[in-house]
Amino acid sequence: MGKRLKGFDVTVKDVSRAYGSFKALDDVSIEIRKGEFFSLLGPSGCGKTTLLRIIAGFDSPDNGVVLLDGKDILPLPPDKRQVNTVFQSYALFPHLSVYENVAFPLRLRKVPAAKLDAKVRDYLHLVQLDNHMDKKPSMLSGGQKQRVAIARALINEPSVLLLDEPLSALDAKLRQNLLVELDHLHDQIGITFIYVTHDQSEALSVSDRIAVMNQGKVLQIGTPYEIYESPATDFVARFIGETNLFPAVVKQCVPYEDYYMTTLDIPALGTEIKVTDYDNLAVGQHVSFTVRPEKLKITGHQPTRVGKDINLFRGIVEEPIYSGFQSKYYVSLENGTVIKVIQQHANYMDEGPDIDWKDQVFVSWSAEDGYIVEVVDS
Amino acid sequence: MNSHIQEKRGRRLGITYSAPMGLWLTFFFLVPLCIIILYSFLKKGLYGGVEWEFTLTAYRQMLNPNFMRVFLRTLWVAALSTVITITLALPCGYAMARSRHQVMWLALVIIPFWTNSLIRIYAWIAILSSEGFVNEALKALGVIGESLPLIYNQGAVITVLIYMYIPFAILPLFTTIDKFDFQLLEAARDLGASKPESIFKVMIPNIRSGIITAVIFTFIPIFGAYTVPLLVGGKDSYMIGNIIVDQVTKTRNWPLASAFSLVITVVSTIGVIWMMTSTASERARLKAPAQVVDANGGIT
Ligand SMILES: Nc1ncnc2c1ncn2[C@@H]1O[C@H](COP(=O)(O)OP(=O)(O)OP(=O)(O)O)[C@@H](O)[C@H]1O
Ligand SMILES: [Mg+2]
Repeated sequence: MGKRLKGFDVTVKDVSRAYGSFKALDDVSIEIRKGEFFSLLGPSGCGKTTLLRIIAGFDSPDNGVVLLDGKDILPLPPDKRQVNTVFQSYALFPHLSVYENVAFPLRLRKVPAAKLDAKVRDYLHLVQLDNHMDKKPSMLSGGQKQRVAIARALINEPSVLLLDEPLSALDAKLRQNLLVELDHLHDQIGITFIYVTHDQSEALSVSDRIAVMNQGKVLQIGTPYEIYESPATDFVARFIGETNLFPAVVKQCVPYEDYYMTTLDIPALGTEIKVTDYDNLAVGQHVSFTVRPEKLKITGHQPTRVGKDINLFRGIVEEPIYSGFQSKYYVSLENGTVIKVIQQHANYMDEGPDIDWKDQVFVSWSAEDGYIVEVVDS
Repeated sequence: MNSHIQEKRGRRLGITYSAPMGLWLTFFFLVPLCIIILYSFLKKGLYGGVEWEFTLTAYRQMLNPNFMRVFLRTLWVAALSTVITITLALPCGYAMARSRHQVMWLALVIIPFWTNSLIRIYAWIAILSSEGFVNEALKALGVIGESLPLIYNQGAVITVLIYMYIPFAILPLFTTIDKFDFQLLEAARDLGASKPESIFKVMIPNIRSGIITAVIFTFIPIFGAYTVPLLVGGKDSYMIGNIIVDQVTKTRNWPLASAFSLVITVVSTIGVIWMMTSTASERARLKAPAQVVDANGGIT
């Protein structure tokens, strides 16, 4: 189907929603661009579904506005919004066949029979369900149900498609495949996708931009790359991927090429480390320091050449976890602090990984690979 | 193979499990039914009872236009009361299923059963009679000068029948609506359905089984009703149930009473079968959307 639809931008401004005294959404503001694949990412109960329901029209905020293509949609009932939803549980109509499920929106609008039939077949073909249209939803597999839900949500040609954890009911392998399909579908039809998930790898792999939420608040909005490499808060750093995160105090901050070479005192590591940062931080300021496990190098012998901006630690491997393409090591440093290291196995290994349980190892990383998460001084 | 053996064993166990039910039905339904069928083909005894002589007299007597009128009236009263009962019970069941106080509502529906049905019918007489609660209240308010004829007519019969049987409609409706996934309504709204459209196109078809049970539970007892028309009805409210009682106690024509009982059983059975086949054909239609369904829906 060569069809391209028109996507709209969605603006959520100062939206709050409380259940009793519990704030499910606390002053949320998000601007979603036309045609974007935008993800709402956060742990269970952080208010993702609540926000989606407000955009779809099943719930209304206590205050704030929601604009679709610049127009306030809050006064409109769900059936009058150019927005369609793929529900977490799919919500297929059990009394209707796959064909009739997809035809449902068109029958409501009394689309003439011939046009209806052509369009339903078209959309069933789009989601590769041509051979299953006479089945009832109960006879379909999880992945097929999900496709029916997508075809049904798209047939009204919405400007925005809302997807509430559409893959969470499926097994990991299928999830990967369907995620790629979803991404293709998005590229193909070009409307705005708002995708809710609590799975950070899902969000990172397909989104144009991500909003990370926690406890009803938006913590950071950015591209997957920005969110992974430059987390705005401790929570984001911990929630997205794996990381080593330590509280630290700024000891020194000197200009170095086009950024600043910062020396941090990290009590947990029992020493000072070096890290580069774009900001000139005040000495004595409390910050969080983070370094991703895959940025650490692990060796069985002491590295011979250690540059000025390399941080080097000695430790014992407490727990090697081999998972084929990589190994993860929990390394206990000399002062007892445990640090996570991930080593990629890019080359063929005859004898398995050369680092084993209880081995003495050296862990190092360059100042450029660490990152300072700013913390408001307490 | 293995599954084959299991299937066979399953079937044999099925017989074992259903035996008590089968015995119960045989003794308390099948045997009496056979007696009724037998009696309807025998000659009426002089002071009740039957004489052992085959005859079709009972059925010939049944064709009497007076009886036919009562039969048609019974059908009409039962159908009308059932439709009104279901129409009222649907929103009740819906409200109960969505309420946070389900137990309380269930109790309120069930509590009237703690009182004998005769007493409840007499309570209605106290409410509807010419010196009853409604008339006196309206007179006190000056709305009417003279009592309205609220009782001893068809309207009173239908009102009280609805009152008596509405719990039997509410309970199955409540159970199916409670199991209904209300997100389907949201999905329908999302796809462009108005509120009424979402109810009629999505909820009603999905609670069909509850509606059918409710219809069966109200139509069948109302079709055989006899106390209600006897106590709150007038001359024009006689139903088949009343004829049967008269034939047994006054006219002492047991074969005719048996023949009428058989009519009630047959009509009820046809009703149930029709309801069930119409759902079956509905299911078949959904499996093969291209096929056209027989418009008769299975009755012959
Ligand atoms: N109708 C309601 N009444 C009371 N509290 C509610 C209601 N709906 C949601 N909540 C609460 O609001 C919070 C946010 O709920 P929401 O469904 O938006 O979470 P979520 O981010 O979608 O989580 P999940 O990933 O588990 O689906 C939860 O703590 C939930 O308990
Ligand atoms: Mg949710």
